Amino acid sequence: MRIPCPLCGTRDRREFWYRGAAVDLERPAPDAGVEAWDDFVYLRENPAGPTRELWYHEGGCGAWLVVERDTVTHEIGRVALASEERS
Amino acid sequence: MVELVARTPCAGLLPLRVGAVLLDEVAPGALTSVSPYKGQAEALSKVLQAAHGMGFPAPSRATGDRQARAIWFGHGQAMLVGPAPDPALADHAALTDQSDAWAAVRLHGPGAEDVLARLVPVDLRAGSFPEGHSMRSLLFHMTASITRIEDGAFLILAFRSMAATLVHDLQTAMEAVAARG
Amino acid sequence: MRLAGRGLIDRSKPVAFEFDGARHSGFEGDTLASALLANGVRVMGRSFKYHRPRGVLSAGSEEPNALVTVGAGDAREPNVRATMQEIHEGLQAWSQNRWPSLGFDLMAVNDLAAPFLGAGFYYKTFMWPRSFWEKLYEPVIRRAAGLGALSGQAGGERYERAHAFCDLLVIGAGPAGLMAALVAGRAGADVILADEQARMGGRLLAETYEVDGQAGHLWADVVLAELDALPNVRRMGRTTVFGAYDGGTYGALERVLHHSGRRPRGAPVETYWTIVAKRAVLAAGAIERPVAFRNNDRPGIMTAGAVRAYVNRWGVSPGQSVAVFGNSDDAHRTARDLLAAGVHVPAVIDSREDAPESRDFELRRGAVVCDASGRRGLEAVTIRTAQGEERIAADALAVTGGWNPTVHLTCHMNARPVWRDDIACFVPQEGAVPGLRAAGACNGAFSTATCLREGAAAARAVLEELGRTVRDEPLPEAEDDPYRIAPLWAVSGKGRAWLDFQNDVTVKDVKQAAQENFRSVEHMKRYTTQGMATDQGKNSNVAALAVLADATGRGIPQTGTTTFRPPYSPVAIAALGAGAEGKGFRPERFATSHAASIERGAPMIEAGLWYRPSYFPRDGESDWRQSCDREVGYVREAVGVADVSTLGKIDIQGKDAAAFLDFVYSNMFSTLKVGRVRYGLMLREDGFVMDDGTTARLGEKHYLMTTTTAAAGEVMKHLEFVHQGLQPDWDVRFVSVTEQWAQFAVAGPKARELLDGILDAPLDAADWPFMSCGAVSVGGIAGRLFRISFSGEQGFEIAVPARYGAALFDILTDRAEALGGGPYGMEALNVLRIEKGFITHAEIHGRTTAFDIGMGRMVSAKKDCIGKTMSERPGLLEADRERLVGLKPINADGRMLAGAHLFREEDPPVRENGQGYVTSVCHSPMLGQMIGLGFLKGGSDRHGEIVKMWDGLRGVTTLCEVTGPVFFDPDGGRMRG
Repeated sequence: MRIPCPLCGTRDRREFWYRGAAVDLERPAPDAGVEAWDDFVYLRENPAGPTRELWYHEGGCGAWLVVERDTVTHEIGRVALASEERS
Repeated sequence: MVELVARTPCAGLLPLRVGAVLLDEVAPGALTSVSPYKGQAEALSKVLQAAHGMGFPAPSRATGDRQARAIWFGHGQAMLVGPAPDPALADHAALTDQSDAWAAVRLHGPGAEDVLARLVPVDLRAGSFPEGHSMRSLLFHMTASITRIEDGAFLILAFRSMAATLVHDLQTAMEAVAARG
Repeated sequence: MRLAGRGLIDRSKPVAFEFDGARHSGFEGDTLASALLANGVRVMGRSFKYHRPRGVLSAGSEEPNALVTVGAGDAREPNVRATMQEIHEGLQAWSQNRWPSLGFDLMAVNDLAAPFLGAGFYYKTFMWPRSFWEKLYEPVIRRAAGLGALSGQAGGERYERAHAFCDLLVIGAGPAGLMAALVAGRAGADVILADEQARMGGRLLAETYEVDGQAGHLWADVVLAELDALPNVRRMGRTTVFGAYDGGTYGALERVLHHSGRRPRGAPVETYWTIVAKRAVLAAGAIERPVAFRNNDRPGIMTAGAVRAYVNRWGVSPGQSVAVFGNSDDAHRTARDLLAAGVHVPAVIDSREDAPESRDFELRRGAVVCDASGRRGLEAVTIRTAQGEERIAADALAVTGGWNPTVHLTCHMNARPVWRDDIACFVPQEGAVPGLRAAGACNGAFSTATCLREGAAAARAVLEELGRTVRDEPLPEAEDDPYRIAPLWAVSGKGRAWLDFQNDVTVKDVKQAAQENFRSVEHMKRYTTQGMATDQGKNSNVAALAVLADATGRGIPQTGTTTFRPPYSPVAIAALGAGAEGKGFRPERFATSHAASIERGAPMIEAGLWYRPSYFPRDGESDWRQSCDREVGYVREAVGVADVSTLGKIDIQGKDAAAFLDFVYSNMFSTLKVGRVRYGLMLREDGFVMDDGTTARLGEKHYLMTTTTAAAGEVMKHLEFVHQGLQPDWDVRFVSVTEQWAQFAVAGPKARELLDGILDAPLDAADWPFMSCGAVSVGGIAGRLFRISFSGEQGFEIAVPARYGAALFDILTDRAEALGGGPYGMEALNVLRIEKGFITHAEIHGRTTAFDIGMGRMVSAKKDCIGKTMSERPGLLEADRERLVGLKPINADGRMLAGAHLFREEDPPVRENGQGYVTSVCHSPMLGQMIGLGFLKGGSDRHGEIVKMWDGLRGVTTLCEVTGPVFFDPDGGRMRG
């Protein structure tokens, strides 16, 4: 598998470290309540199809990336720097 | 007063020649990591140009020459190689002395590309990685910065503590390339 | 039998080699199989299960029978296909799976017991009693059935890995592949042409057809010469592209030195290539399938294409009198080539009633071969016609049942091939692997002309996609014969007719599987082991599923294929893991004091990738405890020196640096004064402790964080995530300076005395209270000094740029020794911190909270931080959670063990009675007994209570008193003083 890093170009999967769903970017406010925090810390979808994930270019530039990936075809879609991807 | 004797990272390990490929340790001068603060990239580049003669490098590039280089070193970071940093840089960027943190070696001679092809999962042939290009990637198991500098040589920076492994891995690949003749 | 004047071997270069200890001779260009055939060797192996004598079946990498062991000692390699092994001077090869010899194999008794040994026999027979399987049945069965054996020695040969990149990867260098490479190469594309054979040309080397008015192999040589002259084309011979992976990545295995006895220093025998290609053309050709009939495994029976290859490429005939059997015009082509080479052809048996007439040879139309005789080599075949059965003498038989396109790589990303009735075979699904196109025989195009056409067309399509201009060039002239075939899979009749030669699977086995309701092709495969040998059923799977389709009354497309997985042909594990053995396993990180520690005889222990000294033995010390106790004494009574450079050090700068630290640490850092150091606790977002360490404020906007050695990488990744992902607007920059500084702990009552002796200016006690930091000068070098302690004694850590680390360590240890102290290692460091109740990752192991380790108050109420909200969950704050305590045996000689469990004194040690566990233990020289840290339900509420420490694995039970975690100098006077 190869991931196009916006800074380094397309690189082999071995350079990247996988974190999980990009939900991790949406940290709730401290007072958001139990449900919101439980969702944020523990609950994740497990889709067959497109996902939005966080990868760290550990063996490269050190950028955190938001990677769109299809879990069925392994196709990589849009890749963006996490620092520019806050929603 | 006590006397502290300096020791280079690859002391006792280099130089090395296997077949036509040479590996030697270089004394790069000062190494300073330069991370521009928010919104300061352009101002920093100007100061860098005025003080050291080259702009801040774009991703995967290096600027400057033998005397002073700025090597793109990753997300929001460059490594100033050679001169002590001009104090004016500190107005625009976080500066951190890294002169002792990196083992700096030069790999050159015909076959150097073939040696790196055994260790680095990136296309480093001159067509796609000409002089002035630089990148962060893995050199076998360790992270490294590789820049193509003058005369087709590669400047490789790796963690000081891993210097012995760096030389071991390069030597292994150099032997394999040389053995093919 | 060598044929005069034929073949592409170099008769001026004879090559001597050995097979089973007998000396033979061949020529340069021979494979082991062709050379053995030339020498009249017909039996090359024994079958897997029945130990039947077997000869070579094919001339390529699909070979199921002729597996041999090559090399000796630690360079021995089993299961080498004789059809792929080139001979070289000094080559030694041995047959396999026979005892005592290939000619006389005692295990052949299995063949007589065959009626009992059919599919499923083992499953049904060796079920009971269950315990016998592992101890008795399996070892015995495995010894009887098998292939070659490993040497049992560590690998003597070198293997390597390498990476390659290109615009276009052409897989296979037959007519289609050569044409594709030529068109793309001429257009300037960056091309890799890979082929598994030593010589490129594919079937052009094995057939007598002409291309462009010259012999096919000569045309191939002309094309190869042109390709070699193009700087943008790279040829990779002896290279099997064995797998297609995501993102245009292909795995390939190059056999670098197997064709030679030479082993230059450092030379690999194989290279495992990872090839990244923007586009690929699969031109892998096709594999001929035999026809199943009774005793079709007799040595001397081989595929017709192999017979033509041996005759035309290697100048060898498999026999004096070679009969031909088939269901397409290939049978006729084979007979003509044999006759042209002067070999007698007693008959051509063609199953087609409407087969074309021929006056060149004796043709039996509508006939089949139904039996073969000659145990150690074919003597005669029995044919069946409308008139009845007839015996024909022949010492070899060429068989063709049609061709199976080599679709394997197109299926590696989950696609299934598509059945084509007109040519009775599976072809690749279009778009099965993104960026890959199939061309030529692997795409079901069987004439030379269509191969050339498809190869050129595929290259043109790739060039257009890559935005290159394509010139229209005429294709070379070549034969364009139609492929006329009438499907024939198995000849009916009694006896065993082989499908999978390597795993000894017969037509009857497949039918039995269907009968027993293993109707799915995947079930049939596993029940019969069809296609599960090292050849993966390359020449038998399609026939087997055709037999299954017939037995279950379905069509072949409805029956479907089994799953094709990489690798296409076997890849040695040594190649997959190449380079990662010995020093290549993972990097070694050496601190600047490493050489000095080794010189002092310190055993080094691994801490992550780092190597750290365990202890520094002295003459007269007989075990580590003596050394450790002595080193603890240095720190408690004089001064000790330890290298702490391996701890992670992160330089943090920027106007939001303070806010950032407040956010990643549970406690406050914005309030820390410049020149001071504070201990910090870092939580994960789920509220559990991630790491701890001290952070110094070097300037208003400048901090230096330290992490534990083990978590340095994880913390860096975490900080980057928090900054880039959660707080990208904050103006903060950080970079690791772990490698920049060599840092040494100097601890003990005489620490200040030692430092005053080496610093350029002595320390003013008022300027250096506990938890202070600042710049110092040593030998004129700018360094940093931190007054911190991990030992409970007055302690400093002094840092200098790493180039001076080795020198400073020598000076510090010399001075310490002069003051009655010396260097101390990890063992003493551990004892010192346990005596003081300081935690490490033994305690913050990922399942403990700040509350659990007694630091609940370090989660600041005044601000948000990572992990704060979740750490406030009621369940994480309950008093009866397992919390940090000290443990001390009630008897001074009581033993403690880390990992032991804690129980109430009166409770039996079973899981439901568990009260906690022990995390760290040591012998405390200060207390003169063992002590430990652990987690106990109720924690601090139970000080003074007696609990039972129980280690069931090592059989130790010790009664312990529960104490506070600080055993020594609880008010910290020594540390602050």
